[in-house]
Amino acid sequence: MSIIAVTSEGPSLDDQVDPRFGRAAGFLVVDLETMDTRYISNGQSQVMAQGAGIQAAEIIAREGVGWVLTGYVGPKAFKALSAAGIKVGQNLEGLTVRQAMERFKSGSIESAQGANRTGR
Amino acid sequence: MIVAVASGKGGTGKTTVTASLATVWDGPLVAVDLDVEEPNLHLFLQPAISGSQTAHMPVPLVDESRCTYCGACSDLCQFKAISVMGQLVLTFPEMCHGCGGCLAVCPEKALSPGQRELGEISWGRVGQVVFLSGRLRIGEAMSPPLMRRVKAKLEQMLPANGGDAIIDAPPGVSCPAVNAVIDSDVVLLVTEPTPFGFYDFQLAWEAFSPLGKPLAAVINRAGLGHDAVYRFCREKGLPILAEIPYDRSIAEAYARGRIITEVSAGLRENFISLRDKLRDLARPGPSGKAVHA
Amino acid sequence: MREIIIISGKGGTGKTSLTGAFAHLAGGQIICDLDVDAPDLHLLLKPSRERQEEFYSGHEAKIDPGKCDGCGVCASLCQFGAIREKGSGYAVDLLRCEGCKVCVAFCPAEAIGFPEKHCGQWYISATRFGPLVHAQLFPGAENSGRLVMVLKQQARELAKAQGADLVLCDGAPGIGCPVISSLSGAHLAVAVTEPTPSGRHDLERVAELCGHFQIPLAVIINKYDLNPEETSRIAGFCRGRSYPVAGRLPHDLSVTEAMVQGLVVTELPETAFSLGLKRAWSRIRELAGLGCQGQAAASL
Repeated sequence: MSIIAVTSEGPSLDDQVDPRFGRAAGFLVVDLETMDTRYISNGQSQVMAQGAGIQAAEIIAREGVGWVLTGYVGPKAFKALSAAGIKVGQNLEGLTVRQAMERFKSGSIESAQGANRTGR
Repeated sequence: MIVAVASGKGGTGKTTVTASLATVWDGPLVAVDLDVEEPNLHLFLQPAISGSQTAHMPVPLVDESRCTYCGACSDLCQFKAISVMGQLVLTFPEMCHGCGGCLAVCPEKALSPGQRELGEISWGRVGQVVFLSGRLRIGEAMSPPLMRRVKAKLEQMLPANGGDAIIDAPPGVSCPAVNAVIDSDVVLLVTEPTPFGFYDFQLAWEAFSPLGKPLAAVINRAGLGHDAVYRFCREKGLPILAEIPYDRSIAEAYARGRIITEVSAGLRENFISLRDKLRDLARPGPSGKAVHA
Repeated sequence: MREIIIISGKGGTGKTSLTGAFAHLAGGQIICDLDVDAPDLHLLLKPSRERQEEFYSGHEAKIDPGKCDGCGVCASLCQFGAIREKGSGYAVDLLRCEGCKVCVAFCPAEAIGFPEKHCGQWYISATRFGPLVHAQLFPGAENSGRLVMVLKQQARELAKAQGADLVLCDGAPGIGCPVISSLSGAHLAVAVTEPTPSGRHDLERVAELCGHFQIPLAVIINKYDLNPEETSRIAGFCRGRSYPVAGRLPHDLSVTEAMVQGLVVTELPETAFSLGLKRAWSRIRELAGLGCQGQAAASL
């Protein structure tokens, strides 16, 4: 799958991976073949009382991505991502988006089997 | 007349006041425990329980054979309790607020009401007092839906021409506490004259005074702390209807599950007078039934 | 970094007074008041605010009386009884509105707006015991647990930035939304209970909640001497469930005295109560995996 989304604190490849999935500042969608990038702000989720993770999954599912790279994913978001057939690479906080992407390309990111953050 | 006993700060004596008032009530009364997260009134009144029912909330059930994945439900739902991901509809029943929006908006009639268990409603009797209580299921996050169902049950229990009820409300001043007092005729705030008690009392005053209902205070553990709450009540014209002195023997009696009106004749007199003052306070309202804006 | 949350189930058992004293004993760690509904920790810590942010959560319906033609569709659909007749049209009772948007979506006159709901404020402040992350929900506002999550997030970031090894949180009473949110990600929950029928009953429920979310639980029995038999019943319950009892503290009015002076009880001359509190704190540090390092209690 050549299109991935990375939770990002800003619009460039050199921004940090946002550790949060649902409440991420935004998503950087990268086409690994063409290296086209597109930034989708996730500002609207900040005001949601609940369900930000599910909404984030809906947003990136619309982008046709095969993978999402992030820090932590809660159980509901994980369920929604799995349903959409999107694989999750997690625990990538502390890297830049570019570093996370390089690590993905090298094949050293495994597809998570479950959420790594407790509910709510 | 419906009296809601509320507080702001927890542990100031709401349940003590509710149970004590129930023991001195001079007519038919329903004593209601609306602190559904941590219901305690039964521990003091010790009613004989005569019935109970499980309370549910309607949550969407999907008929996949009818669904066209149009996403109308998912777009409307503010709580992300239903989500369309490609050719799949996911539901998250624990997130649902039971607004019924998805059922109403679905053009294919592919959704029907299912159930999420909220907790249990039980009722019974102790002497002349009818007892009613809600108990939230452990793990259930939302208490107002269960509280609404307990209140609906109360409405069935009260005679059509009014009748008396005392509600033991949850602590705090946010949605559950407001939900507990919103349908009452009088709000009785129980506080203690400590800095914590006073700060939360002010919050309670801010939260409940816009409801336009008569408000009054009971000061528990009087003699402890400082006098700020007395000055505040004077400034705001908030009547202090009773004081319960701080006394270690009262604390010990409470710790043994005793109702304090049964411990001392003086306290019993206190609560009889409180009961009469509450009646006077509720009287100015038209016919005793709450009027809503 | 470890996260400890002080809870109780029942209100008024002494959570906040104990948290304040623990913040003193921990010294320089991150403190967080997660009782956003009726917060009291600031009354002991006297914070000076360094950052203030507005908190918005969800939306609320507002009917434009100029556009409303009085058809009543909104009122018939509202499951919360939040829409009432007003004059020739309808109005929303904001205290009952859940923000579900159903009325907005179905209003044929498109007369209902759906602005964001301003629910409160949160702050980062300096205190004599370290930074405090806290908030105040507007009285009557919805307490969804979202503000609790915001505070925890801020406290964790602060702990990371300052190299703190502990986030110490004061929780809310009850077992609903805000408490569930405050447990999320915690390494240890400490339930403060009292030997009363309500204290034990509520402890049992909050313990079950911790079990439900797999958070390790320790117990402190406050005012243990008010009812020794009930204290042994609580201790028995804890033994049966393998919850360590980190301390038994006597009923002591020095807690109220300290509160009136805006101090925590360990800042007053030592009593049996404060001594017991220090022992309880070392035990809690151990249970949270913080080791006995620093001997913070001994150095005070």
